[in-house]
Amino acid sequence: MTSKLAELFLNRRFRFDISRPIFVLLALLLAILVVFPLFWLTYYAFFDNDGNATLANFVALISDPTVHRAFGIAILMALGVGALATVVATPMAWLVARTDVPGRGVIRVLVLASFVTPPFLGAIAWEILAAPNSGILNDLYRWITGSDGALLNIYTFQGLIFAIACYTFPYVFTLVANALDRIPSDLEDASSILGAGWSTTLRRVTFPLVLPAMLAGSLIALLQALTLFGSPAILALPAGFHVITTKIWSYFQFPPQLGLAAASAIPLLLITILLLRSQKWILGRKGYTVLAGKGTVARTTLLGKMKWPALGLVGFVLCLTVIFPYAALMKAAFTRNISEPLNFSSLTLQNFNFVFFEFSATRLAMWNTFLLGILSATAVTTLVVIISYVVIRRSFAGSSVLGTLATTPIAIPGIVLGVGLFLSYANPTFMLYGTLWILLIAFVTLGLPSGYQQMSSAMTSVHSDLEDASRIFGASRLKTLWLITTPLLRTSIVATWCFIFIATIRELSATILLTTSNTKLVSVIIYDLNESGNLGAISVLGIMLLMVSFTIVFIANKVPLMSSNRLNLRS
Amino acid sequence: MPKTKLIAPFSKMAFCCALLFVTACGEQAIVPQAQVESGPYGVTPELIEAATAEGIVSYYSSLDLVVAERMAAAFEEQHPGIDVRVERAGSERVFQRIGQEYSSGIYNADVTDTSDEVHFAYFKDQGWLANATPAEFVNYPAETKDPDGYFAAFRADLSVIAYNEQLVSADEVPTSFAELLDPKWKGRMVKGHPGYSGTIMTATYALSEALGWDYFAQLGQQEVMQVQSSTDPPKKLALGERALQFDGNEYVAVQQQMAGVPLKIIYAAEGTPLVVGNAAILANAPHPNAARLFYAFMFSQEAQQLNSDTGGVRSFHPSVVDRSGRPSLSEINLLRSNPEDLGTRLQEIKQRYEEYFGT
Repeated sequence: MTSKLAELFLNRRFRFDISRPIFVLLALLLAILVVFPLFWLTYYAFFDNDGNATLANFVALISDPTVHRAFGIAILMALGVGALATVVATPMAWLVARTDVPGRGVIRVLVLASFVTPPFLGAIAWEILAAPNSGILNDLYRWITGSDGALLNIYTFQGLIFAIACYTFPYVFTLVANALDRIPSDLEDASSILGAGWSTTLRRVTFPLVLPAMLAGSLIALLQALTLFGSPAILALPAGFHVITTKIWSYFQFPPQLGLAAASAIPLLLITILLLRSQKWILGRKGYTVLAGKGTVARTTLLGKMKWPALGLVGFVLCLTVIFPYAALMKAAFTRNISEPLNFSSLTLQNFNFVFFEFSATRLAMWNTFLLGILSATAVTTLVVIISYVVIRRSFAGSSVLGTLATTPIAIPGIVLGVGLFLSYANPTFMLYGTLWILLIAFVTLGLPSGYQQMSSAMTSVHSDLEDASRIFGASRLKTLWLITTPLLRTSIVATWCFIFIATIRELSATILLTTSNTKLVSVIIYDLNESGNLGAISVLGIMLLMVSFTIVFIANKVPLMSSNRLNLRS
Repeated sequence: MPKTKLIAPFSKMAFCCALLFVTACGEQAIVPQAQVESGPYGVTPELIEAATAEGIVSYYSSLDLVVAERMAAAFEEQHPGIDVRVERAGSERVFQRIGQEYSSGIYNADVTDTSDEVHFAYFKDQGWLANATPAEFVNYPAETKDPDGYFAAFRADLSVIAYNEQLVSADEVPTSFAELLDPKWKGRMVKGHPGYSGTIMTATYALSEALGWDYFAQLGQQEVMQVQSSTDPPKKLALGERALQFDGNEYVAVQQQMAGVPLKIIYAAEGTPLVVGNAAILANAPHPNAARLFYAFMFSQEAQQLNSDTGGVRSFHPSVVDRSGRPSLSEINLLRSNPEDLGTRLQEIKQRYEEYFGT
């Protein structure tokens, strides 16, 4: 035994550790991905066309009341979405992860379905449901009550918050549910043994333990809402107001005012940094390590009679986010005009015929979308696993810079990143415009923050003692990451992959500036179709998009991604 | 466990990344400007052969998607082996895209059409258009063609008031723009956006000249539903979401009529904005021969008749018969726009618009 250990140490000394160059390479790659577009952004914000430093853009913004209004509305909207998503998702996650509420599997699947649904598609579906005069739900309301008013109006500020929260709450749900899955019950049991009641344990033990996940989730929801372009473009424009992103979009109308667009993105960047700081401040220096080298089983709370009301509540939420919208899309897909009553004579396959046989963009766009989804998900997951490892374990001096770099893109609205990338790569040096590469770069950059957030929060909860053991026995950092950390985090890794895949499918704001007719994506097609009011075709594409995405996510969850036969503490 | 096995996935990936990068950089080369002679050209077997060899024509259009795809399909049927890629967006976005691409030295578009005359003056100024005059041009009136042969009027659009008969009773049907300021229209109207649609930009300009900005200030108080494309308002009427469109394409309204939607069009007493939709071949078209073949097809009587019959699009081609039964252009009091003046006032129009309508 001693001789074997000695041999290991000896071997280690003479082996070249390939980990370091790979880490350095990744750091460089990350720096290029993030810094390049940011550089152009800053340049355009602070320099005029002749290259002279100027604050003219900021002066113009500050003196324009329409900009103040757009900022105010966007911030309120984001706060509203963050709050609504957290309030709805946290109890749902607890019910699904920790109680015996019936149909937990189905609930998870339906939450996943709302997550897979691109927000712009959801917004369009809600137009069909809750437009004041032609909305299906309003028609129903008028039919039941005999009034001629409208119950709901989606073309309002509140309507917009609702329509965005419907498709961002899964961020909070997934993070909180994952955290609840991971928290060992012994702490809760200890609390019970010491005499705390059900609610005291929930409040004083469980809740504080999931707080990081909750905050991370609501932060993502909030920032998503703040930087979202599709839903506001679809719902706020008819309502007659701008948010930051639609305002920025308007700066690209001819003649483009790139300086103003770049300048208006800078406060957005500052707001985000502030939010991230405050998250750190709230979490403080408490330790949240819950997964060490000991196996545990999560405890289930029995709901008893409360089971059915709880299910009803969850069912209601899912009706609003998935079931009603998809029913509306189905109706639009199979009828010529969605305001027609649904019967055999109004049924038609015309929309399918148009999408599959007449519309020249369909096939290419589908292919591009899923190819890019899979590529970016794989690239981002690999990157964030390594980055989180390096950052959380403080592998190298200054490694926290990597974390900052990976988080920075969260502050860049997709639409601004689109421009940054266009300026960076669509020039004779790179010639990436018109290829899928520029889109891949965009998706990887955009996916980094949420991937990193998720992966690092998962990594925080894995104590380093197992890794230390591996290192002591002579494994390199990379080997340790591959052999010990990755298998421990298998669930989180698969979840991250799916996160990024879905995020790519949902992305519209950066995409819209970077696609060409050769590199069309489904999201852009849907947006274009919406602008010209082709609801039937949108519905067909949307349903197809959901089905294929769902299949891919399902397969991803089934694939024994890495060494499931190896150490897996959770099972 | 041997080390290579563990590192392999990572090093392989790094290698692939590097490889990807290299191939990506080399993939797209600048397509040299096609050397084609100016002067009228016919659809010769040589042109067809050269076009078929190119195989693709990339068409940046603001025409209603269904109409554009149908015209593309008719072309593809005539010329199997040439694939028409329709890139449909609002005029202002087509313009923005071409501007973006050309300023970055990227040449993807072969043929374009938008419904904003300002664009073509700008394109021509920048030297972004190819000289192209299909033989068919002799049939078109002189005022519909650029005298230097860089672009021509592919279609005539009208921005019209229209209403859904089920939602507007016979006695409240308006005959003028002035009547639309009546409180009874509050919350019942829909209109397109000038920052997005060339038709609406031109119409807004023409109406601001005819009625004054004060009119729009009052219209802004009417809770008008704002959509983007000028092709959308007629569809919102068909859904029953709003009763009346303040502006929007006449041809899409006609399409809705053809589909059986009870839509009625009004040519207002103050006049109806005429929007000339030009088309052109781009100077650095990557498929110059396919572009010329498709361009010739777009202006052929056959395509123009097809667009009229199935899409309600008005043509300047004298032999095209309008079968929709609507009044001809000469019977309508038209508001014509001055593209040069409009070109200098885009920013002002957008600013005022945002002031009155919020977006």
